[in-house]
Amino acid sequence: MKIELQNLTKTFPSRGRKEHTGVTAVNDFSCEVPDGELMALLGPSGCGKSTTLNMICGLETPTGGRILFGQDDVTSLAPELRGVGMVFQNYALYPNMTVRQNIMFPLENLKKKEHFTKEEMEQRVADTARLVQIQELMDRKPKELSGGQQQRVAIARALVKMPKVLLLDEPLSNLDARLRLQTREEIRKIQKQTGITTVFVTHDQDEAMSISDRIAVMNQGSLMQMGKPQEVYDNPVNLFVAKFLGTPPINVFAGRVKDQTLYIGSEAVLSVKGVSDQPVWAAIRPEGFIPQAEGPLSCRLNRVEVMGRDVSIISGHDACAGQDIRSIISAENHVDTGSDTVRFALKPNKVFLFHKETEERIPFASGQPAIHQA
Amino acid sequence: MNGNNKKAWLYLLPALLFLIVFMVYPLIDVFIYSLEEGFNFASQTYFGTGLYNYSYVLHDPYFLQAVQNTFILVIITVPVSTGLALLISVGLSSIRPLRNLYQTIYFLPYVTNTLAVGLVFMILFQRTEYTDGLVNLMLSWFGAGPVDFIDGPYWAKMFVLCFYTIWVVMPFKILILTSALASVNQDYYRAARVDGTPRLRIFTKITLPAISPMLFYLVITGFIGAFKAYSDAVALFGTDLNAAGMNTIVGYVYDMLYGDSGGYPSHASAAAIILFAIVLTITCVNLLVSRKKVQY
Repeated sequence: MKIELQNLTKTFPSRGRKEHTGVTAVNDFSCEVPDGELMALLGPSGCGKSTTLNMICGLETPTGGRILFGQDDVTSLAPELRGVGMVFQNYALYPNMTVRQNIMFPLENLKKKEHFTKEEMEQRVADTARLVQIQELMDRKPKELSGGQQQRVAIARALVKMPKVLLLDEPLSNLDARLRLQTREEIRKIQKQTGITTVFVTHDQDEAMSISDRIAVMNQGSLMQMGKPQEVYDNPVNLFVAKFLGTPPINVFAGRVKDQTLYIGSEAVLSVKGVSDQPVWAAIRPEGFIPQAEGPLSCRLNRVEVMGRDVSIISGHDACAGQDIRSIISAENHVDTGSDTVRFALKPNKVFLFHKETEERIPFASGQPAIHQA
Repeated sequence: MNGNNKKAWLYLLPALLFLIVFMVYPLIDVFIYSLEEGFNFASQTYFGTGLYNYSYVLHDPYFLQAVQNTFILVIITVPVSTGLALLISVGLSSIRPLRNLYQTIYFLPYVTNTLAVGLVFMILFQRTEYTDGLVNLMLSWFGAGPVDFIDGPYWAKMFVLCFYTIWVVMPFKILILTSALASVNQDYYRAARVDGTPRLRIFTKITLPAISPMLFYLVITGFIGAFKAYSDAVALFGTDLNAAGMNTIVGYVYDMLYGDSGGYPSHASAAAIILFAIVLTITCVNLLVSRKKVQY
């Protein structure tokens, strides 16, 4: 089932008496999730991603815009009529019921409407339990389960009524690091197996990048960018998206463009064709640095962290106010740790220029590195 | 570990001392009195020991009347007040405007003096030579004859006593239940809404289990409180409760000690011990039931 959000807006009435404007949690949000895909709503906390999810679910009514499931307008439909399954951040498993009763609960609500027999319901519950592999936990209470197991029960409960759309609100945030990796793969597997259109909310870009077909990056209620994870990573539309995606984070320098050349400090580091003279933010991915004795960009060397597969050089530069510059290079490169400066050449496709005020992307034709060899 | 243990006992000592002096010793003492025939406070003498006091109390028609009254009071007021309080709390937590005002109004009886309120109730229900009272006035609108609730038939007096007791104990229960309802995780309700759960089912399957520990707490304390009822009856019917036929067990104990027919500490002790046994039994039964039913 394709999900389509058209100009979705949600304004909460303000609690304070002085301002009558209200708080806009989601602002003119439009996007489309193709049938059977997994989309991540990604953004910092308070950016409106949970509100968006709640509106898709029907727990919140949008103040403007439309929500379409396939061809059907569901904007004003109650949640139970939309055919959605939802997994809550804290799972919201009913503590007084066993796992079996929890999974059965949504079916029992539907009983009259869809004429389920007891056997059909039990069959459905058993099938769903097998899908998320919790068959042996069926008679336990939620508090007797680990976080990961509770998570699976919550997914089973959301899936048992065979929803057209599965919604997950920060599904992994209550799990420890190891379990998080494992569970996110399981979610992906279940999603592929069932082919159910899924939207999940997260603030963890790693999580979003690794399992989704596409990601939608949100900030302050607005959609910043949407696309396949790699596309968004390789082509951020603005400084926010560039900073939000990637670990370690992108390195941002205050630079300026003169005569189609990017200057950081007084050094000409990259030729940028087609950019007019102006001050810019130059953002460089950690993997965009090439250590080179004659490289154009010189930084103060702070320390080198060896991590086996690759080496991370932490350095400083005056144009990179107060922030460490983190560059990741392959372990074969030799770095002179005795020296107190390190020089880099830059990979042009890992360098992004952003307008100084609007922070929008400034495209440039990636030519040769400015001065490859002196 | 041993040294730690000693220290722990040392820290507990002050509290233990107070408990022993003011709780355990009196309890044992009452038990001893109840076994001493004709104990006299002034001379500190008694005739002999045995179960005579119990036999006397259990054959005393006033005591049997008091037991009957107390049991009727308990059986009617505890379920009714808890049920009503639950209803009101659920109502309170589902309205938004004026909720604080309503909460305050419902809590007012709790901070009001019971004797003063008893007087008001008496005036509302009493029938005198000059007036039939407000309640009888209202009854007459429905064509019902005037009933003397204060000096009239037994059922009328019992009705007033129960009505009054329910009115007095409800605010505390409403307070506890509204806060219990407020502390139920909202995500359960959101999850139930996504699954299209009917309202009644949400209430029975999610809300009730979630607040069941508090409900059982209220029932247990309600039972204990109702068994110890005394001041309510005094507020409505005056101090001569035996004459009004509205005495309670605690009232009987008081009368045996200080009332007009008083001066029998041994009989009072025996009655107190019987009350203790009743309350203990009921509380144990309650706890056993709640252990089976309360799932948290």
